[in-house]
Amino acid sequence: MYAIIVGAGKVGRNLAQELMVKGHEVTLIESSRSRYLAIEEEFEYSAQYGDATELWVLERAGVQRADLVVAVTGDDEDNMLVCQVAKEKYLCDRIIARVNNPRNRDHFRLLGIQPAVSATDLILRLIEHEVPRYGLVHLLALEEERLEIIELEVTPDAPTVGQRVVDITLPEGSLIISVLRDGTGFVPKADTTIEVGDEVLLVLDTGLEEAITSYFAPYGQLA
Amino acid sequence: MFILIVGAGRVGAAVAKSALADGHEVSVLDQDALSHERLDAGQSKSWEDAQGQFTVGAALEVDALIGAGIERADVFIASTGGDNTNLIIAQIAQKRFGVEKVIVRVIDPARAAWYGEQGLHTISPTKHAIEMFERALETELA
Repeated sequence: MYAIIVGAGKVGRNLAQELMVKGHEVTLIESSRSRYLAIEEEFEYSAQYGDATELWVLERAGVQRADLVVAVTGDDEDNMLVCQVAKEKYLCDRIIARVNNPRNRDHFRLLGIQPAVSATDLILRLIEHEVPRYGLVHLLALEEERLEIIELEVTPDAPTVGQRVVDITLPEGSLIISVLRDGTGFVPKADTTIEVGDEVLLVLDTGLEEAITSYFAPYGQLA
Repeated sequence: MFILIVGAGRVGAAVAKSALADGHEVSVLDQDALSHERLDAGQSKSWEDAQGQFTVGAALEVDALIGAGIERADVFIASTGGDNTNLIIAQIAQKRFGVEKVIVRVIDPARAAWYGEQGLHTISPTKHAIEMFERALETELA
């Protein structure tokens, strides 16, 4: 695979290294002269100096044959522009953009720049995972499909405790896909009974989290 | 017509003043409060006394754009100092707020040309300067 990475900060540099170790071809573009000189020694011909929002700089890097363009500069407008041009002008199949300010997330979506990765959101997600509020953990969000997979730990006050899966009527657009009990996971059958302490994995339409929480962990769970 | 101008630099401020003088309703958004001085410079009345609007805020902040009146803008002019900022906010004005007429300043002629093909009304001062220099050179050499 040939990847162009725009922005040689900590993220861009480490990403380039990782991809090269995995045997991929990489070009790392940096617009700051001093930063470029610092990476040139390490990356040699894989580093290029220039402003990747200038079309000729992207072309010089071979954007036409790139399988992936990743924009990870510290400037959201630059990241959006690089990705938009890569995708729409040079028809690059895969783009990934870094969101610096989570408030700009909507702008990335509006311009069709997906996936857009925000470190703030990732850390928040991790905090949610480490410190589950109401026992709900977001495992995966499929934004395009408007689906997500969540995990809930069943609390003693849950109305579903002791009920068979077949008897539980969940809201439209949600489905139990797996149950973790005593460290082992299994796909529930119709006659599986929900127990206190079960970790239930569900796939659901976005926006159903609260409704679903009331089935398995109604009053929340103190972490 | 209600005209929203984002970026009160030399170009933005001058266009704002002439649009106001032509009887349009004009709102200016800039992240630097001091840029307001450009709107007052050389005028007999202050910008506000002349019924101009001025909002301090970042161009990419939706709240600032709404505060400056983007929802009822007939014309949106992106004239900040950054090409990429201008191109992004112009598309936000067009796609998110449905502003009908969007004009964008893009210093880089190549980016201006491509985004022009994509349906944005781009103006590249550099392109005009290059053309004028070429014409001047031709005249001098004739």
